[in-house]
Amino acid sequence: MDIHVIAPLASPAERAAVDALLGPPSSGWAGGSRDSANDGHVARGGHAARAERDLLLPALHAVQDRIGWISQPALAYICRRLTVPPAEAYGVATFYGLLATRERAPIVAHVCDDIACRLVGAEEVCSDLARTHGPAGQPSADGQTTWLRSPCLGLCERAPAALFTVAGDAPEQIGEAPIDAVGVIARLASAAAGRPIAIDGASLSAEERLADARISVPQAGDDGLQLLARVGRVDPGSLEAYRSAGGYAALNRAIELGPEAVIAEVTASKLLGRGGAAFPTGRKWAGVRAAQGSPKYVVCNADESEPGTFKDRALLEHDPFVLIEAMTIEAFATGASRGFLYLRGEYPLAASRLRNAIALASAAGLLGSDILGSGFAFEIELRIGAGAYICGEETALFNSIEGKRGEPRNKPPFPVEVGLFGKPTAVNNVETLANVPLILREGGAAFATIGTEGSAGPKLFCVSGHVRRPGIYEVPFGTTLRALLELAGGVPAPIGVTADDTIRTILLGGAAGVFVGPEVLDTPLTFEATRAIGATLGSGVVMVFDRTADLVGTLRRIAAFFRDESCGQCVPCRVGTVRQEELLARLAADRPHGSRADELRLLGQIGQAMRDASICGLGQTASSAIESAVRAGIVPA
Amino acid sequence: MILWGSNARETHPIFFHHLLKGVNKGARLYTVDPRRTSSAEWSDGWLGLDVGSDIALANAIGREILAAGLENREFIARATSGIEEYRAKVESYTLEYAERETGVPAAMIRELAHAFASAPRAMICWTLGITEHHNGVDNVLALISLVLLTGHVGRYGSGVNPLRGQNNVQGGGDMGALPDRLPGFQHVENDELRAKFDQLWGVTVPPKRGWHLSGMFDAMERGDLCAVYVIGENPVQSEADQAKAIHLLSNLEFLVVQDIFLTKTAQLADVVLPASAAWAETEGTVTNSERRVQRVRRALAPPGLARDDLEIVVDLAQRMGGNWPATTPEAIWDELRMLSPVHAGMSYKRLEELGGLQWPCYDENHPGELFLHSRLWEDPVPGNRAPFIPVDHDPPVDRLDADFPIRLTTGRRLDSYNTGVQSAGYRSPLRRGESLDISPEDLARYGLADGELVRVVSRRGQISVAVRVDPSLRPGLTFMTLHFQDDVAVNLLTIDATDPKSGTAEFKATAIRIEKLKAAVRVP
Amino acid sequence: MSSVPPIQFYPPARSSQPPMPPEAARVVQVELTIDGRTVSVPAGSTILDACRAEGVDTPTLCYLENLTPINACRVCVVEVAGSRVLAPACSRKVEPGMAVQTDTERVRLSRKVVLELLGSSVDLSTAPQAPAYFARYGADPERFGAAAQPAAANERDGLEAGHHHAADGQPSAATVGQPVKIDNELYVRDYSKCILCYKCVEACGVDAQNTFAIAVAGRGFDARISTEWNVGLPDSACVYCGNCIGVCPTGALMFRSEYEMREAGTWDEAAQTSTDTICPYCGVGCTLSLLVQDNEIVKVTSPLDSSVTEGHLCVKGRFGFSFVQQREPGAAPTT
Repeated sequence: MDIHVIAPLASPAERAAVDALLGPPSSGWAGGSRDSANDGHVARGGHAARAERDLLLPALHAVQDRIGWISQPALAYICRRLTVPPAEAYGVATFYGLLATRERAPIVAHVCDDIACRLVGAEEVCSDLARTHGPAGQPSADGQTTWLRSPCLGLCERAPAALFTVAGDAPEQIGEAPIDAVGVIARLASAAAGRPIAIDGASLSAEERLADARISVPQAGDDGLQLLARVGRVDPGSLEAYRSAGGYAALNRAIELGPEAVIAEVTASKLLGRGGAAFPTGRKWAGVRAAQGSPKYVVCNADESEPGTFKDRALLEHDPFVLIEAMTIEAFATGASRGFLYLRGEYPLAASRLRNAIALASAAGLLGSDILGSGFAFEIELRIGAGAYICGEETALFNSIEGKRGEPRNKPPFPVEVGLFGKPTAVNNVETLANVPLILREGGAAFATIGTEGSAGPKLFCVSGHVRRPGIYEVPFGTTLRALLELAGGVPAPIGVTADDTIRTILLGGAAGVFVGPEVLDTPLTFEATRAIGATLGSGVVMVFDRTADLVGTLRRIAAFFRDESCGQCVPCRVGTVRQEELLARLAADRPHGSRADELRLLGQIGQAMRDASICGLGQTASSAIESAVRAGIVPA
Repeated sequence: MILWGSNARETHPIFFHHLLKGVNKGARLYTVDPRRTSSAEWSDGWLGLDVGSDIALANAIGREILAAGLENREFIARATSGIEEYRAKVESYTLEYAERETGVPAAMIRELAHAFASAPRAMICWTLGITEHHNGVDNVLALISLVLLTGHVGRYGSGVNPLRGQNNVQGGGDMGALPDRLPGFQHVENDELRAKFDQLWGVTVPPKRGWHLSGMFDAMERGDLCAVYVIGENPVQSEADQAKAIHLLSNLEFLVVQDIFLTKTAQLADVVLPASAAWAETEGTVTNSERRVQRVRRALAPPGLARDDLEIVVDLAQRMGGNWPATTPEAIWDELRMLSPVHAGMSYKRLEELGGLQWPCYDENHPGELFLHSRLWEDPVPGNRAPFIPVDHDPPVDRLDADFPIRLTTGRRLDSYNTGVQSAGYRSPLRRGESLDISPEDLARYGLADGELVRVVSRRGQISVAVRVDPSLRPGLTFMTLHFQDDVAVNLLTIDATDPKSGTAEFKATAIRIEKLKAAVRVP
Repeated sequence: MSSVPPIQFYPPARSSQPPMPPEAARVVQVELTIDGRTVSVPAGSTILDACRAEGVDTPTLCYLENLTPINACRVCVVEVAGSRVLAPACSRKVEPGMAVQTDTERVRLSRKVVLELLGSSVDLSTAPQAPAYFARYGADPERFGAAAQPAAANERDGLEAGHHHAADGQPSAATVGQPVKIDNELYVRDYSKCILCYKCVEACGVDAQNTFAIAVAGRGFDARISTEWNVGLPDSACVYCGNCIGVCPTGALMFRSEYEMREAGTWDEAAQTSTDTICPYCGVGCTLSLLVQDNEIVKVTSPLDSSVTEGHLCVKGRFGFSFVQQREPGAAPTT
């Protein structure tokens, strides 16, 4: 491709960062130093060179992580190496919140100001930081540190939270919660002084790792858990420990059964996707197996970014091997030989544990060219997102892996036929996959008896907000909302005041979900029962707001979230999310256009157009929580 | 696809769109060009041969195809003649020999040979990199042999495709503006064909072929040609060895130039006839590179007293005593359709309705032919079999030596055109003026700064020009265009060694030396 | 050489029949209903194709025959029975038995709101289709408040993904307003008029030119068409083919000459003629449509249905016409 690169050569450090990922350049034509003796009469390129586009996001990460931002020369070098036009690469780099295309301090605190954190003082953390460290984005006097606001970091059970990124030769990232402004500044200062902020280093013992799990999963160690059985009990860093706890029995069983029978078991289990769409997993796998086209791919969607959601993180951090095993079973069943695990960029601990798990599994012959001596070949690549909620939409996720902007594709065609790299693809959410080894061990029919007729199996919920013990909870489908909240220690309330009187509203399903009132506390948590009350389970968020909560502020934050996270591709979502946010701001300031009723009617029309005419689920649900809040009377008429 | 001696990305941009559609659907592309052009950058493989070593490369590809048994034996046996002579000729063109002669690594030559021969469909496209050599016709024959060897001709998606450089160079040939042909490619020395013209025109067409352009200059030199009528051509600036061209044109007894501009050639003329711009101020047809006859239409009134070429010619004929009635473009076209079987089916009405038609189009029900030579796939083949014509490598006439160690080759840039008469008229942000493009290595070796003015000397002349670094060039290879002849007369350097068959000069291969000026002058 | 025949003296023999491209797979017809009427179209057609075949006028902005449908603008949405959301007619393929409604309340509301969202955020004053669409759907962009102040030059180009200043409750509506970018002699880019239909990106990219000088940068409402780091076109990969202008539906991209004539008030579409001819440059034979006003070429385009160009040109074809108008007006025969 005749790409046009205008920038000067990248700095040695920038080149080193890219070369560490891609290896040295193959010739002077591909970014190496000029060598007319070898390159003067010949060059290769074309399809082979352009086929490396999917390494664009990893290469951008490499520079971001090493330097702290992506300069024009660094991008030019990446473009030469990967044969990507600079304008397109720039379009990709500017798509992601965690990538900087303007100079940024190397040490950054990304401070969550999203809905769960703001219930416990995130705005105060931000205003304290603005006062003591300076406005968001402004570098410190020594140029070493800065802080930025961030959407949900998925640490809601310990809110308020911050993510620290330290660029350098040995880049580090760590999520910390709870944390206040003093803590943030101390952490920044420590990193600036060159002290390491180890994520999961040798300093942390297995016992400490298990203890950490019990913070996120208060039930950890309880008997009777299925999905969370190993969390807090089995060292997530040890393959041996996983195998001793029954790990990989399911893969063995799958290989004995053969692909068709595996799909039959999964179909019999009545497993529905846990990412929000509740599509039957068995049917999806059968579709991929039957689809024309090769190669086929499996993709694990670990881009958990729905505000208030952190269940996948808990699984990935504390039981990473189950995902590796489940993806391997899925690939075996669908006929794929290559899998991608796409993890959101805000989960550095999960990333390091998954890397470790993949390496150990590969070394043990549980990934690779001849898995368990069966002749079945399968590899998993871990791909890290870079701060874009939209990439949790499956087709946006494909585009992100492919090195394009994370813009959703129109459906149909569906991924089963035309997915990653245009090939048949089975894409499943983390929690969905975590059920698969269970199904193979217990049998599909036995699994189907858990829960209810329409919602089979155990389910994870992310309980946060005004409850005594926020965290991940596993219950069988059909448990009532009230029982779930009791499991989480109930809602703090003055003596003699019932939960029903304390709770103002509960957000079910996340920012794309629905606000419900305490009158539905006895609703069983199933796909069908929530649908019946006009709500959704979504990603399993149960966020409780008591009567002290700033609900209008929460709604405005939700509106701002969708405005920020809209990819910008289609008009209803790109502009609709802006108009929705502006309208809520006018109502909050009590400066409506016309009457408040006029404004609410307009809000409804914007919502309907977004729901009906947007390309993907983001736009289609961007008004869901806000419209439900109007219906629930949270927004004063 | 093989692009051979063609930078279509810049010289035929819209053709390249079509090519890239194929590439984007998975078609492989190889480029053979001394420079790593923007076309080459799109390629799966670039073969950066030394200027003028095309036959060494083509014959080596042919030999490798035969040695590997990848030739299409059924096609060769049925549709071609002369394979044994070809086999014998290419026997000595080993990959190692070709690597020595061309500079291209043997492995890459082998890769292209195998990719080309084993592709279900393959096509070779070329431009002036093949033809502007003292042996340009031989270069073409060497490429034709490759498609005959593999059967990549006469079938959809295959063939040899010379990309026409000018909007009606094909049409000019169609209409008989060739020294040996009447309209419709009917040979003037064939009595039977010529008789049709004699009869319809009521005159006796001279039965002998005429001179091609370089033949005319030879005739001027001999004194056999003393009066010339130039229509829409600027030989003062477009001919190789410019000093000689100006000398000959200036010494003519009578020179008439019909053009839309007062060109450098027109300035030498005894009579200048201002013409209309055919493409925007007249009605008529042109023929493009895919043999598609297309309508041009009048969108503007010509300025001043400028007149339609057709009117001028008819008036001239009247003044010379011919009884030529005033006519219309369509009437002339219909006369052509009576005389040229390959155009017979192309009424103006059909051309309008169908957006043009590709010849041959034998009657008004004929759809025109999407590609040529499909007859080669019939059994038996109607007419002659396609002959292999073996040729030998013969390096450029202007040899490199210690005095002239650098190879200069010429070509076009995207936004400009030929001698710049047309393209100078618009303000292109891409235009940088003329320069001697030079490799970074040579820039350093001569101790030059980018943009520094140098003297460029060939065996025929010398010019001053700024150097410009171009990483697509290797040491020893330089590049200039012909677009800015008023500023930098590149053709003072070029050689008029011409191909005896086509009359085309070897613009692509000049031996030069670069002289640093005493005081460095930097051209901004 | 002696053993082979000379270059042919006769034209080659005729083939027994004209050569043809490989036979395309037989296309089956698909039956569906549009607004209750049964329609039959070839498989692989889009709903828009079917609507047009049936004479159902469907608004489009980001659709063009010679580009891959990007279905970003959503003004063509229709209701498909059984589908939870509306479908973009321009890209959704027909299926047997599909029941399409093109003028329901839902469809009309979405089209109206989409037009209002566009009209309230983008200057559509030179978008030829806009007035008719607005009238047809009763769209009133003023419902969102008056337009906010335009951004300073290059301000929007520096916005980073995921971080914006929260709306402040002011009555004005955010827009993409900003100064015109004029950085070269041939064309101007007025991104105040950009609806982000992606057509220019597609024309610059895989659908035609494959130069990729521009792409969409940024995210959400801050997304914009940009070169890398917003460098000016002369520093970018741009080769000035002008195919982006050729496909722009709103006049955001414009010949500089047209822009200047409009500024001077001399642009007069009523006085213009369009004539198709063939480009005077290379041998590809591109059809040019010459737009002429007062015997001057003021703009050049190419028909979308030209088999040679498919509507796309190069810099010479699109801009290299001036030479015909730079001749001495008194040009006369001289001796």
